[in-house]
Amino acid sequence: MAVTLDQSISQKQQSWMAQVLGSQTFWVLIAVILACIFLSFATDSFATTKNLYNITRNVTFVAIIALGMTLVIITGGIDLSVGSVLCLCSMVLAVVMHAGYGIEVGIAAAIGTALVIGAFNGILIAYLDFPPFVVTLGMLSIARSLAMVASNNTVVFQFGPDHDKLLALGGGAWFFGIANPVLYMIVLALLTGFVLRWTRFGRYVFAIGGNEHAATLTGVPVRKIKVAVYMISALSAGIAGIIQTGWLGAVTTNIGAGMELQVIAAAVIGGANLAGGVGTAFGAIIGAALIEVIRNSLGLLGINAFWQGTFIGSAIVLAVLFDRIRNFRLSE
Amino acid sequence: MAVLELANISKHFGAIQAVNDVSFSLEAGQVVGLMGDNGAGKSTLVKMIAGNFRPSHGSMRLEGAELVMHRPVEARQHGIEIVHQDLALCNNLTAAANVFLGRELRRGFGPLRVLDYKAMYKRAGEIFRDLKSETRPRDLVRQMSGGQRQAVAIARTMLSEAKIVLMDEPTAAISVRQVAEVLNLIRQLRDRGIAVVLISHRMPDVFTVADRVIVMRRGHKVADKPIALSSPEEVTGLITGAIEQV
Repeated sequence: MAVTLDQSISQKQQSWMAQVLGSQTFWVLIAVILACIFLSFATDSFATTKNLYNITRNVTFVAIIALGMTLVIITGGIDLSVGSVLCLCSMVLAVVMHAGYGIEVGIAAAIGTALVIGAFNGILIAYLDFPPFVVTLGMLSIARSLAMVASNNTVVFQFGPDHDKLLALGGGAWFFGIANPVLYMIVLALLTGFVLRWTRFGRYVFAIGGNEHAATLTGVPVRKIKVAVYMISALSAGIAGIIQTGWLGAVTTNIGAGMELQVIAAAVIGGANLAGGVGTAFGAIIGAALIEVIRNSLGLLGINAFWQGTFIGSAIVLAVLFDRIRNFRLSE
Repeated sequence: MAVLELANISKHFGAIQAVNDVSFSLEAGQVVGLMGDNGAGKSTLVKMIAGNFRPSHGSMRLEGAELVMHRPVEARQHGIEIVHQDLALCNNLTAAANVFLGRELRRGFGPLRVLDYKAMYKRAGEIFRDLKSETRPRDLVRQMSGGQRQAVAIARTMLSEAKIVLMDEPTAAISVRQVAEVLNLIRQLRDRGIAVVLISHRMPDVFTVADRVIVMRRGHKVADKPIALSSPEEVTGLITGAIEQV
């Protein structure tokens, strides 16, 4: 039977099912689920309310930043400064509240700090054509140093009049016993997912990662979008910092150290492509979840903690390996 | 009446005279082949029509009205569309997303406006049907053939009522079989009453599809005649300078 032009135009190349099966995120999700099932049977302590509460909460800090990082990675950039920005924002919050200001002022100051840093990164990258690696590497150093300056390198654990509010914000569980940070993560993930799929901004983020030159030629405001993306990344680090401060109840100048690598790992495991153009909010969460499950399970199974890096590193390589195999098959 | 009239256009960059005193006009529904060696000035000429450069001297008139542009986006507002040589496509997006890039359709009110996928797929599908191209709006551009990619880039020019479409080497990087497909796309544009400027190095393409040929050499226009009254040999001679001027 002859296929008419109309029919072939209305066809879709891949079915919905094929797309799901072809996505890296799906296979990582399967890995997380299998690992959880295995651990529930292999150990007595995994499937307990307390452990699950801990895991879900521990995931959130990396996951929230991974959401912002995913946007940056989709545009083809990278943000190495998030760990230090988390530290600086936590410290700004702590110092401001310690000085006797309310929680609103503290949070506003922390968020403001994050946005200024993000704008600084973004403007250097978008308008002055700095490589993102260099700018954010510089900021990694600057932000942590500023955190030390702000606190004189001390530990802050008294947060003034609104001390209890802050601790409840990060450490409480206001809704069906789910840790508050988890709720924030879910809301932010839904928001990020919505923005990426349904807004013009999200579309432009993908377009810039796919072909920045093409985006410029077709009238996409490439520079503004890039600045916004780095501001969102820093903002996500700031939000994670505020929540983590409330959870820990203390801020030191080494929180968030090395976190940028975990965050990037989470995004990449979840399917974001460092070459740009590919990534999802759901993937960022799943990637962070896999890392945390690996970490948690090693402890529960009594495996020496020194092995942690090996397992997480292997997860990164394996996740991307699936993607490579798929690409090889496509190119054949 | 001519759609676009160029009168004594010149462009120099410092001491370099890229385009020198060129005049011609474009008619609706006519395909003009613009030929010339590298550095002959055809790109500079086209970039002035596309709003990338402003002419140093001379004037352009669009449908009789003076045309002065400061930025490339203004060209689009005037109904002048460009198909870039590299097509300016994002491989990671669907055909429809590429067609509407920078001009996305949205639904909703005020700040709560979301992308209207359905309308964009539908409109893109209609354009591909008009172009008689077997291109699926929902497919990623990454997986497309050279001819389909051209169709996506050309479909962009049909979103608004374009008067003039400038095409920069549309057949340079694709297979022979796909060339025929692209030449058909050009005929579709012409039949819709659009003036097409086809910049090409490929003599057979120009002689197959163009109604008129303009030859540039060292910034000067050395020929401007109906394709029926010329020949590939003559055009080659004009490009290389073996024939001074006709």
